[in-house]
Amino acid sequence: MKHKVATTVNGHPQEHEVEPRLLLVHYLRDVVGLTGTHIGCDTSQCGACTILVDGKAVKSCTMFAVQAEGKNLTTIEGLAHDGQLHPLQQAFWDEHGLQCGYCTPGFIMAAAYLLAQNPNPTDDDIRKGLEGNLCRCTGYVNIIKSVKSAAAMMGGATEKAGERAAAAKRS
Amino acid sequence: MAITTMIGAKIHRREDPRLVSGEGHYVDDFTRPHTLHLAVVRSPHAHARVRSIDITQASKAAGVVAIYTHKDFAKVLSGTIPVTPSFVAEKNQIPPHFPIADKEVVYQGEPVAVVLAESKYGAADAASLIDVDYEQLPAVMDLEKALDAKSPKVHSGAADNLGWDLTYIPDDVAVMKEADVVIKQRILQQRLAPTPMEPRGVLAEYSRGDGTLTVWMSSQNPHFVRLFLAGAMGLPETRVRVISPDVGGGFGSKISPYSEDWLVPAAAKLSGRPVKWIETRTESLQTTTHGRGMIFDLEAGVKKDGTLVALKVIQYMDIGAYMGTFSAFQANSCLLSGGAYNWKHIGARTVGVLTNRVPTDPYRGAGRPEATHLCERMIDLLADAIKMDPAAIRRKNFITDFPHTSHFGLIYDSGAYEKALEKALQMAGYEKLRKEQEEGRKKGRYLGIGLSSWIEICGFGPSAGTAPATGGIALVEAAQVRVFPTGSVAVYVGTHSHGQGHDTTFPQIVADTLGVPYDMVELHHGDTAEGPAFGYGTYGSRSLAVGGMAVHKASKKVVDKARKLAAHIFEAAEEDVVFEQGQFYVKGSPDKRKALGEIAFASFGMNLPEGMEQSLEAVAYYDPSNFVFPFGTHIAIVEVDPETGNADLKRYVAVDDCGNIINPMIVDGQVQGGIAQGIAQALYEEVAYDDESGQMKTATLTDYLVPTANEFPMFELDHTITPSPTNELGVKGIGEAGTIAASAAVINAIVDALSPFGIKHIDMPASPDRIWKQIQTARGTSHDGKEARR
Repeated sequence: MKHKVATTVNGHPQEHEVEPRLLLVHYLRDVVGLTGTHIGCDTSQCGACTILVDGKAVKSCTMFAVQAEGKNLTTIEGLAHDGQLHPLQQAFWDEHGLQCGYCTPGFIMAAAYLLAQNPNPTDDDIRKGLEGNLCRCTGYVNIIKSVKSAAAMMGGATEKAGERAAAAKRS
Repeated sequence: MAITTMIGAKIHRREDPRLVSGEGHYVDDFTRPHTLHLAVVRSPHAHARVRSIDITQASKAAGVVAIYTHKDFAKVLSGTIPVTPSFVAEKNQIPPHFPIADKEVVYQGEPVAVVLAESKYGAADAASLIDVDYEQLPAVMDLEKALDAKSPKVHSGAADNLGWDLTYIPDDVAVMKEADVVIKQRILQQRLAPTPMEPRGVLAEYSRGDGTLTVWMSSQNPHFVRLFLAGAMGLPETRVRVISPDVGGGFGSKISPYSEDWLVPAAAKLSGRPVKWIETRTESLQTTTHGRGMIFDLEAGVKKDGTLVALKVIQYMDIGAYMGTFSAFQANSCLLSGGAYNWKHIGARTVGVLTNRVPTDPYRGAGRPEATHLCERMIDLLADAIKMDPAAIRRKNFITDFPHTSHFGLIYDSGAYEKALEKALQMAGYEKLRKEQEEGRKKGRYLGIGLSSWIEICGFGPSAGTAPATGGIALVEAAQVRVFPTGSVAVYVGTHSHGQGHDTTFPQIVADTLGVPYDMVELHHGDTAEGPAFGYGTYGSRSLAVGGMAVHKASKKVVDKARKLAAHIFEAAEEDVVFEQGQFYVKGSPDKRKALGEIAFASFGMNLPEGMEQSLEAVAYYDPSNFVFPFGTHIAIVEVDPETGNADLKRYVAVDDCGNIINPMIVDGQVQGGIAQGIAQALYEEVAYDDESGQMKTATLTDYLVPTANEFPMFELDHTITPSPTNELGVKGIGEAGTIAASAAVINAIVDALSPFGIKHIDMPASPDRIWKQIQTARGTSHDGKEARR
């Protein structure tokens, strides 16, 4: 038996009939068609599927799609605005915060929540804030730098992400 | 825009904007109309006879389209999963490995049936309804027990469990007697699961109309997969297209072909519909090849003045239930066992042993981390025995003359080992650290400083060395460079980037060689339908030293042709035409210039020299003259709490030398990730099986400890640069360096910290539990004697 589920994904209303057991991550990937949210484990350890549910970071493999009824969901595809990367996306690019890129959407979404809670995190705040996400490529060094850099960008009113991007690419 | 300074520049990765936007395309992001989802039914036992498979209930489940077992696949697949000679040409036995079990299963997770259903949930449901009747057989889980003549056999009916036994150089008792001190030590290398964040996956579409097969898969090595798959399915290579799109990490585990790489395409052929299989994490931990899994029995001798004398190495390798395609590659631990040092003699023997576990195969470093670990541990043990400083014994025995021919006939191309050591010591503040250590001990604080002066062999490799090792295909590399009429350049390569940043670094090389703006160069890889006939993939830190050189060589061919055309246009002799920063001019007339782009446009026209064909396009295959040998020194600083056994990694310093650097940002990224994996082996990770039941105890990421951001300090990195004389770019490799170096640095630091307790060695992972127990034993206090992690 299918259930109706209505959500808002990246600002767009969605309505679908889904199996009650369908995981939210499969709903986003296979039903809504947004494949930027990845799956890296079966046990909610890796965090690759992290999204924002009403602004809060959630591993989307830990929720059923039907539990997202009426919720506002933000995925990695919903972060950039008007073709301008979100400061976190920009910072991961600038600081070489990704290699294979598979865990990256989850990290960026978890970091977005972290910065919403704590706009000026220390290195250790970042480590703790991202301990639900696994990366196998970077040793986390540049991920921590990326989040710090994004925090600076988001706090610095005069420094626009785009200008910084242009400067970074030419260094 | 600067056009000839791209090599060596910190250029940000051009693949990143789409990857940070969720626009990457990994295999699970692809779909085809009417795709069926495949689930694999796997053996729950390490060793059993398959009495029968009952599919009655499963066949009736909603959405099930087909269920296939061995008898079905035997109709469309032939041969067995290939095993290369690698470093052991003669093997005692190679158990035939068909991609799906028939009458006997030999490791937990071996496929016995597959279900095809309209949805992935439906496929998983139906798989659980398949009733396989097993008769359990005794499993052989322990490497040493497996060698016992009375041991059960991994494969019923086999004479023994020996895979190979090869002595490269016999030991020399007389030389060992020249030593004043001889130390014997057994060192364990636990099994590790490579654990790329993206598990494996295959999507296959077979067209019955024209007999073509298209496969999307997560692979480091799409051309080899095409070669093997075409053979297994009886198709010409021209009808098989393998696309390895964005790949979420490999670390060696996506080099060799797997059962599913055969079964999914075969299922597509049998069913007539596209078929997709995506590995779960438990499947990944249980069935994707593991790394390491070795025991080393070692003996080393030194003179009182610190001169190294002799080293004896016996490597026992847990092969698993079948031989991995590159299983015997890991025997290179023997060949690199002498490390960066002069030894009068090295004796080495490798013994490969079958067990009822998943096969082992390359994992980042693949034999070289094991070599570094054993060598650097023995060096510290010898230094301790003669009361010599670990830095001093290294300094005294470093190889200093290059090229250096090793005991095993390898020719180390270049090195400056002491320079890297001194730089690392300086960065760490070695003298000061030793004083702090001494002061700390008086207050009951146990600080440890661990050195690892690593070397490795990479850049696989010269045809003379590699063609025999693969069974015929030389691991050279191919590149094609195409210049379009407006001067845009497309480059096709046979390597595969899955995090290494080739999309950025290879165009840096092309931009400099052709003298064209970097932004005009685009890289293509991962699709066997594009570019040269064959590509050799990415592994063994080979992409730059072999693939980058192929790109350079093809670019030079383009310049050569363009020079001929420029001479024709200038009405000058070819030898009078100068090519400088992307511009051609005639000697003495530097004002009259033509850019490569202008020559490219002209190359598509009518005014060409006699006999010249249109276009600027070149294919090059680069066959290196030798391997390359990167090196460096890493220093770990730990503090051990004797009450809890916790080793706190306080600092980590690394000085690496990979020859000339194309992009320092990417080099540092590779080193950081590599170090993290080495530390992970030293402190956290271990694949554990229950010795009685053969069940894997670490089959989820809850149990298998991949470290989080909390476990690492910020690494302190620097480089020395000693160009390789082997290739024109002077480059080596850096993909595996961090992993090769790190475990030894961390373990040496822990042992150094624990030396006041009289502790001489500790095995990995050096968990708090293991350290605490070893301290209790050293103190003579009792503990329960059990190891909680095993």
